Amino acid sequence: MSAPTPKGVLVTPIFKNNPIALQILGICSALAVTSSMSVSLVMSLAVIFVTSLSNFFVSLIRNHIPSSIRIIVQMTIIASLVIVVDQILKAYAYEMSKQLSVFVGLIITNCIVMGRAEGFAMTNSPGLSFLDGVGNGLGYGFILMTVGFFRELLGSGSVFGFTVLETVQNGGWYVPNGLLLLPPSAFFIIGLIIWALRAINPEQVEENEFKMKDNTQPKEAV
Amino acid sequence: MAQSNNSIKKILTVAFALCIVCSVIVSTAAVGLRAKQELNQELDRKSNILDVAGLYEPGTDVEEAFEQVTPRVVDLRTGEYTDQFDAATYDSFQAARDPAQSRTLSGEKDIAGLSRQENFTTVYLVGNPDDPEQIILPVRGQGLWGLMRGYLAVQGDGNTIQGITFYSHSETPGLGGEVDNPRWKSQWDGKEIFASADSVQPDIALVKGGASGETEVDALSGASLTSKGVTNLLQFWLSPEGFGEYLARFRSGIERETVQDASTDTEGA
Repeated sequence: MSAPTPKGVLVTPIFKNNPIALQILGICSALAVTSSMSVSLVMSLAVIFVTSLSNFFVSLIRNHIPSSIRIIVQMTIIASLVIVVDQILKAYAYEMSKQLSVFVGLIITNCIVMGRAEGFAMTNSPGLSFLDGVGNGLGYGFILMTVGFFRELLGSGSVFGFTVLETVQNGGWYVPNGLLLLPPSAFFIIGLIIWALRAINPEQVEENEFKMKDNTQPKEAV
Repeated sequence: MAQSNNSIKKILTVAFALCIVCSVIVSTAAVGLRAKQELNQELDRKSNILDVAGLYEPGTDVEEAFEQVTPRVVDLRTGEYTDQFDAATYDSFQAARDPAQSRTLSGEKDIAGLSRQENFTTVYLVGNPDDPEQIILPVRGQGLWGLMRGYLAVQGDGNTIQGITFYSHSETPGLGGEVDNPRWKSQWDGKEIFASADSVQPDIALVKGGASGETEVDALSGASLTSKGVTNLLQFWLSPEGFGEYLARFRSGIERETVQDASTDTEGA
């Protein structure tokens, strides 16, 4: 891998090396908080804040972190940042924090944050690590917003809380798709996004783990 | 360098310094923002109360609007007010968990699925506390997936419903979750709890396929168990087990004073 450039670390994670679509990390929260767009937006901002700052601080002290306790050191930094975010949300965006409930706290266990701290920040300069954190947060946010858009539009007929398709419950014509309000629906949407991204960038397609033998002929069972 | 980083002394120093720095940051955030957070929770509770009373519009100054609301603590067993507790700070949820301040409900009595009920609870009176325009009662009970908590606003006659709201529930989004749909909630306005003036058990219920009478409300479509939960919790809290004794005071008072009003009401209906 060539030396990372500031622009590279910021932009690559959005489409080319997306943490959710390519690395398949952070799926849990992507399922849980995407039933409306405004919640997805706040969650994305929170993750961008945590990944960028945790990367920054881990990178800042990377030459002093003893390798035997490095994971704990990273976790401590991440957990502190997450608690600060949670406290700020409770104080300034109370409604939002009620909807996000436990999922802000669960950013601590989000593999994206941990993965970037361990995989990038431990070996790169603070400035670059900060940008890498922002980039990965944006990549996460991009998927969250896309999933949130489809789930909110088709599940509740609105975008950012503004009614687009008047639902039957409110006297309109649109029969909302209840499945899209439930977490499993995000699997379908994320699956479709991965398909689209890999159709555009074929180099993302993984090698088959098990190859079929070339000369295998379909034969009727005897 | 790697060697010196892994010496016991260095490990302890780094761990200790990191813990100190992080704990200072976390506790500063927690302490510095606590006042604001508590204010938010308080505002949230008050706006729910104002909302069920129909006094809340987006943009209303909650504190100012809440001045017309008086909290009082009621003894559920007798229906009398009590001054034993400070109404502004009394926490009925905590009391419900304390065996000294609550009672166990069992079997057939416990239709709302509460298992414990507090002896004293806070009600909110809108307008003149001695002759309130509305009485706001806290209600709760099991829905399909979990406890639903809300408020029921009853008019000063102790019988006519003003509104209902659920501020915390975990019902299925799009089906049972429609308990907080404003359109569904709006049909509660003007419904009656008791079918006749001398009934003791409440008659209010959710019914499938079109509500007809004054004590019937349309059930939520596709959410039979949530609807049953709402019916059960109202049947419980409005019966003599819940606020029945307390509401009786308003019902009997109204009967004596305004027979005329009552007769015009029936004509109107």
